Amino acid sequence: MQVFGVKLPAMSSLVLWGLLWEVVGQMGLTFFLPPLSQVIVTLFEIIGTPPFLKALWETGYAFFMGVFFAIVIGIPVGILMGKSRFLDELLLPWVNIFVSAPLTALVPVLMVLFGFGLTSIIITTALFAIWIIILNARAGVRQINRSLVEMARSFGASPLDAFAKIYFWAALPEILGGVRIGVIRAVKGVIIGQLLISIVGFGALFELYASNFLMGHFWAVLIILFALAFSISEFLGYLERKVAYYAAKR
Amino acid sequence: MSQTDAAFADAREPAPESAVSVRGVSKNYGAVEALKNMSLEFPRGQLTSLLGPSGCGKTTLLKIIAGLIPADAGAVEVNGKTIRGPGDDRAFVFQDFALLPWANVLRNVAFGLELRGVAKSEREAIAEKYIANVGLAGFEKSFPHQLSGGMRQRVGLARALSVDAEVLLLDEPFSAVDEQTRRKFQEDLLSLVQNENKTFIFVTHSIEEAVYVSDQIAILLPRPSRVSEIIRPTSFRNKGVENIRRDPEYLDIVDEIWASLRSYVE
Repeated sequence: MQVFGVKLPAMSSLVLWGLLWEVVGQMGLTFFLPPLSQVIVTLFEIIGTPPFLKALWETGYAFFMGVFFAIVIGIPVGILMGKSRFLDELLLPWVNIFVSAPLTALVPVLMVLFGFGLTSIIITTALFAIWIIILNARAGVRQINRSLVEMARSFGASPLDAFAKIYFWAALPEILGGVRIGVIRAVKGVIIGQLLISIVGFGALFELYASNFLMGHFWAVLIILFALAFSISEFLGYLERKVAYYAAKR
Repeated sequence: MSQTDAAFADAREPAPESAVSVRGVSKNYGAVEALKNMSLEFPRGQLTSLLGPSGCGKTTLLKIIAGLIPADAGAVEVNGKTIRGPGDDRAFVFQDFALLPWANVLRNVAFGLELRGVAKSEREAIAEKYIANVGLAGFEKSFPHQLSGGMRQRVGLARALSVDAEVLLLDEPFSAVDEQTRRKFQEDLLSLVQNENKTFIFVTHSIEEAVYVSDQIAILLPRPSRVSEIIRPTSFRNKGVENIRRDPEYLDIVDEIWASLRSYVE
């Protein structure tokens, strides 16, 4: 971003919004919004406390398990859908329904099927992430250069070789894009799961702070969550840029 | 004209032993007849061009020989054995190079061997040799997007050579490179045919290119696709690359082919 010809470092607009937050908070207009400085002080107070670490562990575990299953199921399914007309026609309607469906409404069904524990939270997380991963892997495979596939066949590639050495790599830029968006959705999924299914992890902290009007704590945990999600997303964005050099040249 | 007549007379002489035989091959795409009952012999150790207007099925025929497309009827024999799909005895060079954009030159050239299960150190040693042979020594660690079109096709050629197949199938390999690079390629191809004991099948739409590089030219005509004639140039092959384009026989054959093709070009 440039202001009056001076190039500002990335995310400097955050400083502006932070200042605005501080000013509004200091004016004491609403209990809902304590000053940012107070929120940050609270943040460093609660980081490292046993309840926080327990919540971080519970949420992190459910999150990574959910993302793991979304990735290891989503990528092969997406690639197979991109390769096989039959599978595509069979599965695409379902994927399209679920990618836009209000998944929160399905959470009670999951609770009936899988109980009130960690399993349901992990499944909720995976369900939030998986559909966009499938769609992107499928799109990546569908734009693959036909002659790369013919090349592999002409040199005698087995179907597994073609899958692992051609399709996966050719679709990798799209796959990483899908994983990045899927991970962001998984953050939503894990928190919704922890609010609706069993009150554990960060979901329990939000519930606790909000019902006790501890808004400083509430915002502090939210900022930490934003920061975690943002870091993961930026890391995946970095991986995406590393393969971008060939994305345009396939 | 006498030289052309001589060439045509020569074409009727029995051809040398065939490395590849196409026997009565037909191929339909829906209602469209791409190939109809086509038969053609490809002499061992020589370069045969498939030349014709667009839509004559020359690339389809090449891909059927490669085993990439199944024929609806008829058979393709390589060394007397009917093919069933791709095989170690054939290697393909693609019009658009078909290089792995995420792999460097060394891995791209070794990729055919990698798919055939050759150990890493062995296949990389072979690849390095062919990279040097096609004049790309020093570019082993470069990626395709860092190379010019001509250099990319040298990578594609090195990959096809490194699997040491008896038959090389080239699908308009020089059509995506610039004119000067193309001329250099054509000269290199001639010495390749001379030095490597391989059979080359070469698809092109350029009449001059076909006459320049070929031991035998099969003229294909469309609707329905058929072999209309086979021309075997005789006199200019051993006169040196710089003399071919002004050889009277070369010029006569180019004119002759254009005369028979012009009515098929819109």
